[in-house]
Amino acid sequence: MINIGLGHYLTLGAIIFTIGVVGIFLNRKNIIVILMSIELILLAVNINLVSFSIFLNDLTGQIFTLFILTVAAAEAAIGLAIIVVYYRNSGTIRVEEINKLKG
Amino acid sequence: MLAHSIFFYTFSFIAIVSAIMLTVSKNTVHSVFFLILDFISISCLFIMIGAEFLGMMMLIVYVGAVAVLFLFVVMMLNVAEQKNEWFVSTESSSHIPVGLLIGLIIFFELIIVIGGWKFKPDLVTSMSLSINQVSTNTHSIGSVIYTDYIHVFQLSGMILLVAMIGAIILTFRQRSGIKRQSYFGQISREKSDAVQLVEVESNKGVDVDD
Repeated sequence: MINIGLGHYLTLGAIIFTIGVVGIFLNRKNIIVILMSIELILLAVNINLVSFSIFLNDLTGQIFTLFILTVAAAEAAIGLAIIVVYYRNSGTIRVEEINKLKG
Repeated sequence: MLAHSIFFYTFSFIAIVSAIMLTVSKNTVHSVFFLILDFISISCLFIMIGAEFLGMMMLIVYVGAVAVLFLFVVMMLNVAEQKNEWFVSTESSSHIPVGLLIGLIIFFELIIVIGGWKFKPDLVTSMSLSINQVSTNTHSIGSVIYTDYIHVFQLSGMILLVAMIGAIILTFRQRSGIKRQSYFGQISREKSDAVQLVEVESNKGVDVDD
């Protein structure tokens, strides 16, 4: 318990990843919360990469995390732009009422 | 070591609780605040285990840009009237137990993978990018990212450019009835179109067209 190793960080990453996935599944609100859950999943992946990088003494994981950060920022911008356009067209962003594709 | 474990448990507890509160809180603005808290605690963890550059980058990019973007969108779209119905029973709520089950399965799979994980002893020695203990974290990342990873770095810049152009084009709205400049018409206007030299006879004056 006292000695914090790689397993602790990986467990933290697994917990946050699971919270993100469950947040996507169980969401009854609006799409913005789903986007935030996706950000949580990316955060969990970043935790895993950084902890592997530190504990295995290899810098590549941190470099890769930097690129994941870039892609996550771009994805958030595009997703929010799509949400704004959808709200402008249909007047709602509730998950239940978005059923144009009958999926 | 004790301080390390105390800080780890504190920050990870805050991170997990705020992640749960993000998904279950009734107000979307509160969700964004919990997202900010989550990012801050995780970046504190990063700084604590020695990835200072990534921790600071996380603060700048996520808290400074992405979370503020989320806040802008939440406040711009009128989502305040949509009070949350968490676990409300509607006709399409049969997927809630299935979602919980799938989440539990994913969690236990990840825990099994972590519990049984062992790395090959010769794997570490075959890596080339070992962390230099002398120079700082920022210095070692900077010495690698502009040399070995320069193409990926440029590619991530292209991704950001494409995202910026895409977001602008998506949200750009052409309103009718607004006078705008026509740059091409202004630039391509010649002297012969604009100025006319007239010989004025005396006592006659000039006819003006319009």
